[in-house]
Amino acid sequence: MKTRNFLYSQKVAPYVFVLPFILSFAVFWIYPLITAFTMSFQKITPSATDWAGLNNYIKLLKDKVFIQAVTNSAKYMFFTLVLLIPFPMIFAVLMDSNIVKAKGVWKALLYMPALTSVVISGTLFRLMFSEYKTGQMNVIAQALGFGTYKWLKNDWSGMLALLILACWRWTGVNMLYFLSGLKAIDTSLYEAADIDGASPIQKFFYVTLPLLKPTTIYVLTISVYAGLAMFLESYMLWAGNSSPNNIGLTIVGYLYKRGIEKNDMGYACAVGVILLLVALIINFAQLILNGTFKKEED
Amino acid sequence: MGSAKTKNLSNSPKHIILSVLGTGFFVILCGIIAFPVVAGLLASFRPGTELIRRGLAIDFNVNTMTLSNYKYLFGGNADSQKYFMWYRNSLLITLVTVVLTLAVCYFVAYGLTMYEFKLKNFLFTLVIATMMVPFEILMLPMYKEIIALHLIDTYVGVIITGLCNASTVFFFRQYLSGLPKELLSAARIDGANEYYISVKIILPLAKPAFASMGILCAMGSWNAILWPLLVLKGAEKFTLPIGLNTLLTPYGNNYDVLIAGSMFGILPIFVIFLIFQKYIIDGMTVGAVKG
Repeated sequence: MKTRNFLYSQKVAPYVFVLPFILSFAVFWIYPLITAFTMSFQKITPSATDWAGLNNYIKLLKDKVFIQAVTNSAKYMFFTLVLLIPFPMIFAVLMDSNIVKAKGVWKALLYMPALTSVVISGTLFRLMFSEYKTGQMNVIAQALGFGTYKWLKNDWSGMLALLILACWRWTGVNMLYFLSGLKAIDTSLYEAADIDGASPIQKFFYVTLPLLKPTTIYVLTISVYAGLAMFLESYMLWAGNSSPNNIGLTIVGYLYKRGIEKNDMGYACAVGVILLLVALIINFAQLILNGTFKKEED
Repeated sequence: MGSAKTKNLSNSPKHIILSVLGTGFFVILCGIIAFPVVAGLLASFRPGTELIRRGLAIDFNVNTMTLSNYKYLFGGNADSQKYFMWYRNSLLITLVTVVLTLAVCYFVAYGLTMYEFKLKNFLFTLVIATMMVPFEILMLPMYKEIIALHLIDTYVGVIITGLCNASTVFFFRQYLSGLPKELLSAARIDGANEYYISVKIILPLAKPAFASMGILCAMGSWNAILWPLLVLKGAEKFTLPIGLNTLLTPYGNNYDVLIAGSMFGILPIFVIFLIFQKYIIDGMTVGAVKG
């Protein structure tokens, strides 16, 4: 009876409620995170684990394949930011206006790609970007008077395929983020701007854009992470983790290749640590530039 | 562009032209977006071998269409049995994941919202911190951990690592902090204990939050690839995406099952989405407004 009363007291109950988080945090977050760091300083073979100091990192900096993976991921992240922030924002503004009819239908259709497994969308896109003349991209190329092209065997067109797949999957999702941000803007601000005689373009730049900032920062943050950590799209587009001349290899793809396929866990963890550092640096830089921390101090 | 929101010009010719242009724009955009899936659907009604020869060629000719892929898929043969085993595995994993994730995340969020205690802010900071590290970095150590715990090739191993999901906790917390705290004190005066209050009084009020998070979690679990790909080893344990992925070998000739099975695999999630659309958008966008 005594333990019962103890567990039922208002002082102890909150700890009972948050216990699953504490356990999950310890076992499936902090422990693997620390292990990732320690393993990155080790040489791990199936038979033995030895300390390797900074060897993994030194080797990484000279590893041409790793450099290429980083370049690919960085390029992919950069272009997804360029493509998947301004356009979905404009689409959302348009969708929020009263000139578009049957909004529910368009919103649902634009969200559909996000529901489709990457296994399926990757297969569909591989067929569309195939080198045969029946692939949709080659149908378009031929219609424009060009010959067929090996889309998934060349550097720039492989990246293009990844970017088109990314736009296909995320345009609708990002548009919904911006749409919910727009709904939170007080309409009286637009009325005030109307009284001041502001043009629609002025209203977009002086009312909509500044007030959408929290949403934009949110979308930017998740896009930086998603861009740098992209792997499955490439894995599925090339049906496996190997693309010709590594044109589709990403940082996580290389981590997977080294850690799972080649069973070189120490080296793979060093790749992961570098990914984490890059992601954190970019995000903090972005948040500082956007003044997020300043606002909290005020 | 914002002006259209406030001005009422609904009958002017200018407004009608703008409406046609604005709506037309989304018709075209949605046409482009729907294209791959429509093309895949059409291809699923052609013999699997044509997928290699003709790709996703758009062909609305009803005479050349055939149900043979679907007949084969539902035919009860070895491939069909394998496919529906994966389908059943996916359904099972999704169901268990949703129920357990909702339960864990609700109670954690409840503890972090309804009480004042010493570690409250610290713990909430930790919840946010877990969102700052991409899963991919933890993937290898966690894989080793799962092997050490003898959970490799088990559903427990697939499910357990993601049960306490930070964004789900965050969403529940946002929702619960909007409920009046007086409910708790009133219930306490009536003699209800802390756990009774959380389950019988507050939980029913949080039903919309459960709906939003349940559907998002179901979608995530149904389509999960990376972690199940690492944990599950035996073909009889595969989930649908992992199973479909194995059909993609260069020597595979299972294109009948692949294309029809892919289309049939999208179905449950599309149906759920169309029914619960409102909840999904609510659940998804909470972080985007508050920043």
